[in-house]
Amino acid sequence: MATITRKSVNVVIVGGGWAGSIMAKELTEAGQHVVMLERGAERSTAVDGAYPTSLDELEGNFRFKIFQKLQKTTVTIRNNITQTALPYRQLAAFLPGEGVGGAGLHWSGVHLRIAPDDLAMRSTVIAKYGKSFIPDGMNLQDYGVTYAELEPFFDKAEKVFGTSGEAYTVNGKIVGKGNAFAPDRSDDFPLPPLKDVTGAHLFRKAAEAVGYHPYSIPAANASRQYTNTYGAQMGPCNFCGYCSGYACYMYSKASPNVNILPALRNNPLFEIRPNATVLHVNLDSTKSRATGVTYLDDKGDKIIQPAELVILAAFQFNNVHLMLVSGIGSPYDPVANTGVVGRNFVYQNISTTTAWMDPSVYTNQFIGTGGGGVAFDDFNSENFDHGPLGFIGGSPVWVNQAGVKAIAAAKAGGPPGTPRWGSAWKSEMIDTYTHAVRMDAHGSNMAYRDVFLDLDPTWKDAFGRPLLRMTFDWKENDIRMNRYVVGKIEAVTKAMGARRTHLGMKEFGQPFDTRFYQTTHLGGGAVMGDDPKSSALNRYLQCWDVSNVFVIGSNAFPQGTGYNPTGMVAALAYWSAHHIRMTYLKNPGPLVPV
Amino acid sequence: MPSSPLPRRLLLQTLAGATALTTCTYIARRSQAAPPEIRYEPAFFTQEEWRFLHAACDRLIPQDVYGPSAIELGVPEFIDRQMETPYAYGALWYMQGPHITGPANLGYQLIYTPRDIYRYGISGACDLCRQMHNTEFADLDPATRDSFLRELESGEHQFGDLPASTFFGHLLGNTQEGAFSDPIHGGNKGLGGWAMTGFPGARADFMDWVDQYGKQYPLGSVSISGETI
Ligand SMILES: Cc1cc2nc3c(=O)[nH]c(=O)nc-3n(C[C@H](O)[C@H](O)[C@H](O)COP(=O)(O)OP(=O)(O)OC[C@H]3O[C@@H](n4cnc5c(N)ncnc54)[C@H](O)[C@@H]3O)c2cc1C
Ligand code: SF4
Repeated sequence: MATITRKSVNVVIVGGGWAGSIMAKELTEAGQHVVMLERGAERSTAVDGAYPTSLDELEGNFRFKIFQKLQKTTVTIRNNITQTALPYRQLAAFLPGEGVGGAGLHWSGVHLRIAPDDLAMRSTVIAKYGKSFIPDGMNLQDYGVTYAELEPFFDKAEKVFGTSGEAYTVNGKIVGKGNAFAPDRSDDFPLPPLKDVTGAHLFRKAAEAVGYHPYSIPAANASRQYTNTYGAQMGPCNFCGYCSGYACYMYSKASPNVNILPALRNNPLFEIRPNATVLHVNLDSTKSRATGVTYLDDKGDKIIQPAELVILAAFQFNNVHLMLVSGIGSPYDPVANTGVVGRNFVYQNISTTTAWMDPSVYTNQFIGTGGGGVAFDDFNSENFDHGPLGFIGGSPVWVNQAGVKAIAAAKAGGPPGTPRWGSAWKSEMIDTYTHAVRMDAHGSNMAYRDVFLDLDPTWKDAFGRPLLRMTFDWKENDIRMNRYVVGKIEAVTKAMGARRTHLGMKEFGQPFDTRFYQTTHLGGGAVMGDDPKSSALNRYLQCWDVSNVFVIGSNAFPQGTGYNPTGMVAALAYWSAHHIRMTYLKNPGPLVPV
Repeated sequence: MPSSPLPRRLLLQTLAGATALTTCTYIARRSQAAPPEIRYEPAFFTQEEWRFLHAACDRLIPQDVYGPSAIELGVPEFIDRQMETPYAYGALWYMQGPHITGPANLGYQLIYTPRDIYRYGISGACDLCRQMHNTEFADLDPATRDSFLRELESGEHQFGDLPASTFFGHLLGNTQEGAFSDPIHGGNKGLGGWAMTGFPGARADFMDWVDQYGKQYPLGSVSISGETI
């Protein structure tokens, strides 16, 4: 095991997912010499998405073939500050990525912009309901950036991802039957919406009949052939159903591997080094300037990579972990209520409702596409009056059928309370798989003073670093929000003509359970904002304390929104890169005075 | 192999009232599709464990009007073959100590890999069965085997520090994986698990069926290696 110092480069990027790939493309365009370090292996659709061998549900979804293996590193989790956090030893609640492309190779493709009110949640709530509406202990914050500022970057990302969707308004004019609550757009989606699967079709008709405003979920799964901004080609999605957890064999689902990296690989300014695990960012003696990073390569050598600019794009909690182990910014202390790194850790508040249709209706749940489906936003964000309800936040409700395969169907079984095995299970399971429709309330999750990230005092990763510790539980505000929105689904399943409905909702007093998949939409922990006392990053995702480190990812979200994160992550990456290109590179230093 | 999936369709449509008919159609399909008998020799499980595994899997997914049993689907072979994969050695899990037990919702915390879980779990279950019933599990009648399995599933029994319910959870999970995964892994023989659920396997192209609203998908299943029904 040698220690080797490599030649200095302009930019080192930690992580080869969407965030890292967007930054690499933008900064090489600006003439910067960029090295991307990715802890996992090289990955490509041709190999990892090969037909038909990649269509293997056991390997894909149950042996986590292209997800992170937890053997070397994980996190610890507890529900509250008085508990001992225990290691997250088996993948279940969330499924982080690893390898070139990151989770972007095996995500689903729901590609949403953000609701403008969500960007200024604190200001909006105070203006509408008064300051006393915010419960004690809730750290409600604004992002410090407006929708108008981000719009060009949402547009840019959609054209790179080849997003399929239907707009509501473009430049203030109503152009289609898109989401009536969506903010205005400067241009239409690059591709028309995907077709509805049976469940989504039934849901759309029923939601309309009830008086809600259903729309096609914008999806980074191509509805037609498409050539993106960088010359990358996508084929039309055939609803293969092997979407979430798989590299799309049809080249239809956007991924860094298909949509961005091909435009970088031959660029002499760009170098990607897989199997490179960054251990920490190196700081100079003032702790206010990064000198580069130290990583381990696959031979076990320790490599020091000097760089002028360090971009952390290692995914939400890995970014926070790297900041903490490197001593970037002040760690959050929930007791003293000081520090910012680890503050405002949030998640996605999801629950699933099932409707059983008449036995003559085949819902063909194996037909599906990761990002497609039908949603309504009537109970999302500030689209409804929270005054009499007394909670903050909301949920879109949707049928988003990514393709349910046979093992998943077997494990899901029949209605709650029915046997898990034997003949009774078989009968209920087959009925459910053949005739049911599943829909989610995919809700926001607010930030709280005692929900946070820090370093674990006991467990270490294979490299000797303390594991990151998550202190997380569902809080009353969010449970009430979930129960209210799920209550609104009942009218829809009735209108669908369901013979039976199970309304899946959060229960008071039921702790966050790490054993069941929810989503991988973790957020916060190193949030953006206008005040260094409550945010680790300024509005350009630059560290307040170390101005040549930018931290790109959902770690920047001050609270969890009802939407999936990647649309916002991509827009923030392009937004940050724009300001690095326009301002920072000409005059390196803080983009916002501290 | 016959390519018409019709009997299964018929079966699903007539579940409610026509038990006799569906039984007939099911048996008809099986006899046509039944693969030749090849005896599989387990590499991981001992003969005693192998007997237990058969007797348990056979009740978790029994042969009935809905379709074949876990045994007919080759689930024990699947589980035995899985025992040689990285998963069974715990290579997918974070296994570093200390190992401290905590609330169930914080997840699995034991030192045991799946191989250990089977080894200690089966031995514990066999002992428990001898205590409770004075005989081998595999020699119990089906109804008593069911009640014993329910005892493992939700009783408070411990095999040392391995809860019986943890062992049962793995056994059930792997049994379902074996019955419904691609036959390339050794289970789902004759694609019988997929036929039962109507899952088309590796077909993975539904361009023509996505908007055929509410209609049953017309084609049978296909596996990675090209086996069809
Ligand atoms: C099954 C699944 C479905 C999803 N579906 C959707 C969806 O429909 N819509 C949506 O918006 N979002 C979805 N997501 C979330 C989405 O995948 C993420 O938001 C997105 O991929 C995050 O991109 P990223 O670049 O920030 O992180 P990642 O894609 O996680 O990339 C980070 C990379 O950094 C690497 N890395 C980490 N630590 C180090 C280190 N120390 N040294 C070197 N490299 C390191 C990792 O290996 C990884 O490759 C889904 C996620 C999953 C798992
Ligand atoms: S569903 Fe569509 S986008 Fe998803 S993997 Fe299949 S073909 Fe690709």
